[in-house]
Amino acid sequence: MIGSVPVQGLPGGQHDVKFQLMTDSGKVASDTPSGGGPLVVLEKVNKYFGDLHVLQDIDLTVHRGEVVVVIGPSGGGKSTLCRSINRLEPIDDGKILVDGEALPAEGKQLARHRADVGMVFQSFNLFAHKTILQNVTLGPIKVRKVAKSTADKEALELLERVGIANQAEKYPAQLSGGQQQRAAIARALAMRPKVMLFDEPTSALDPEMVKEVLDVMTSLAGEGMTMIVVTHEMGFARRAANKVIFMADGQIVEENTPDEFFTNPRTDRAKDFLSKILTH
Amino acid sequence: MNWNVLFDFSPLVDEFDKILGAFWSTIRLSLMTGVLALILGTILAGMRVSPTPVLRAAGTFYVNTLRNTPLTLVLLFCSLALSDTLGLKLSNVSTVNFYWLAVFGLSAYTAAFVCEALRSGINTVPVGQAEAARAIGLTFTQSLRMVVLPQAFRAVIAPLGSITIAMMKNTTVVLVASYLEAAALMKDMFEEYGATLPIFLGFAAGFMILTLPTGFLFGWAAKRWAVAR
Ligand SMILES: Nc1ncnc2c1ncn2[C@@H]1O[C@H](COP(=O)(O)OP(=O)(O)OP(=O)(O)O)[C@@H](O)[C@H]1O
Ligand SMILES: [Mg+2]
Repeated sequence: MIGSVPVQGLPGGQHDVKFQLMTDSGKVASDTPSGGGPLVVLEKVNKYFGDLHVLQDIDLTVHRGEVVVVIGPSGGGKSTLCRSINRLEPIDDGKILVDGEALPAEGKQLARHRADVGMVFQSFNLFAHKTILQNVTLGPIKVRKVAKSTADKEALELLERVGIANQAEKYPAQLSGGQQQRAAIARALAMRPKVMLFDEPTSALDPEMVKEVLDVMTSLAGEGMTMIVVTHEMGFARRAANKVIFMADGQIVEENTPDEFFTNPRTDRAKDFLSKILTH
Repeated sequence: MNWNVLFDFSPLVDEFDKILGAFWSTIRLSLMTGVLALILGTILAGMRVSPTPVLRAAGTFYVNTLRNTPLTLVLLFCSLALSDTLGLKLSNVSTVNFYWLAVFGLSAYTAAFVCEALRSGINTVPVGQAEAARAIGLTFTQSLRMVVLPQAFRAVIAPLGSITIAMMKNTTVVLVASYLEAAALMKDMFEEYGATLPIFLGFAAGFMILTLPTGFLFGWAAKRWAVAR
């Protein structure tokens, strides 16, 4: 486990992350996650793109400290689900609660909500005209109103933690994909989010860089961060997830433990899907 | 017919002080217009990409109107409608008054072009970056100011240079707004000395002395501040 500095003991951090120890196998040590209370709750969420019903009556509860992996065929609505949780996509019907509060509509309120929900994108989306350090400190300085010197110090600790402190003064285009994605994770963590969303964080990466990003995510999970991760990385799901959600055609088709899901899926859709991704 | 007059450069020498003064007016007009057009154009671009439909519509309406109206009409409107009919007085000194009317007319017109250039610059910034900005809790205006526009500006430095050069040449049209700048002086000198080639060449060279370095400066800046992707 890498140093836990940035999550714990920083001024203004309003969420108490419960630290968990990892077992020898590296798997997070409980199926009923620490802390317990529901952090992200979706109730009967519906979303349409024109005629396309992308999210159909989605009910989902993610507890504090829980790591949920979302898996499923392309076009199933996984990204839309992720994006709707910080309202990058507005929903048409239903309720989304984060830490007991409903998502505000546009405006300052919404911006504040988004600051509490970290998001990591498939394509990194680092700010191209800013250095890695500036990428990480922009949010804390402008949104959290942290002093620049404090923000710099905390950002460097975070960059240290994801293993790219020596790249702090470089621009995104000068970094490898794996380094960029780790910088993007640091940028999200710098806001001290209550929950982190990852939308296929490793699928734009060359194979040799996938591990360095998954390692960061695994240690984050180990430290008790609440995470919703869209990924097809089975190793990560088995190692770090408490729960797997299988999504297809806008519905949650199956909700299961990682071990059960990969070895003994309950639904035919999941069986069919797994047989396809397991053959290559 | 006295052919000598046609090739006589002496009026340029005799009136050198006046000519310098007139070009100084052109420069003052250009600088102020450049600043105002940049500010107004940026605000318009922000309106045109904003999530608020009313702002978007207003921005679009403004740009389409000003871009498709001849500059002469805009300036005549400023000098006649605003100044004479509505009695808008920005200063009691009439040259100062005409200066500001010319600046306003020219800025209002140029801003439409700045807006469109910036908007194409905004399109070069990947949508994902704006989403990432919103995802860390920046508001729409903050993400526009801190993430999108800085990159958009850098992407359109070269086109902004072209707009600036066009604007500097457009200052000559303000003679319809009664402000004395280089072109107005040339017209006066034509009347006094006859329309000779040397006078024309002198003024044309004066404009090139202003516009050519402007072009080089923008070209250099475009390279210097290009955003690596
Ligand atoms: N902005 C949009 N406008 C219209 N349709 C959209 C939009 N975004 C997504 N869709 C459609 O919604 C459906 C769900 O998309 P989504 O991106 O959520 O799927 P996904 O499960 O993330 O797929 P993938 O594994 O390919 O990323 C798809 O059919 C997609 O074409
Ligand atoms: Mg997706």
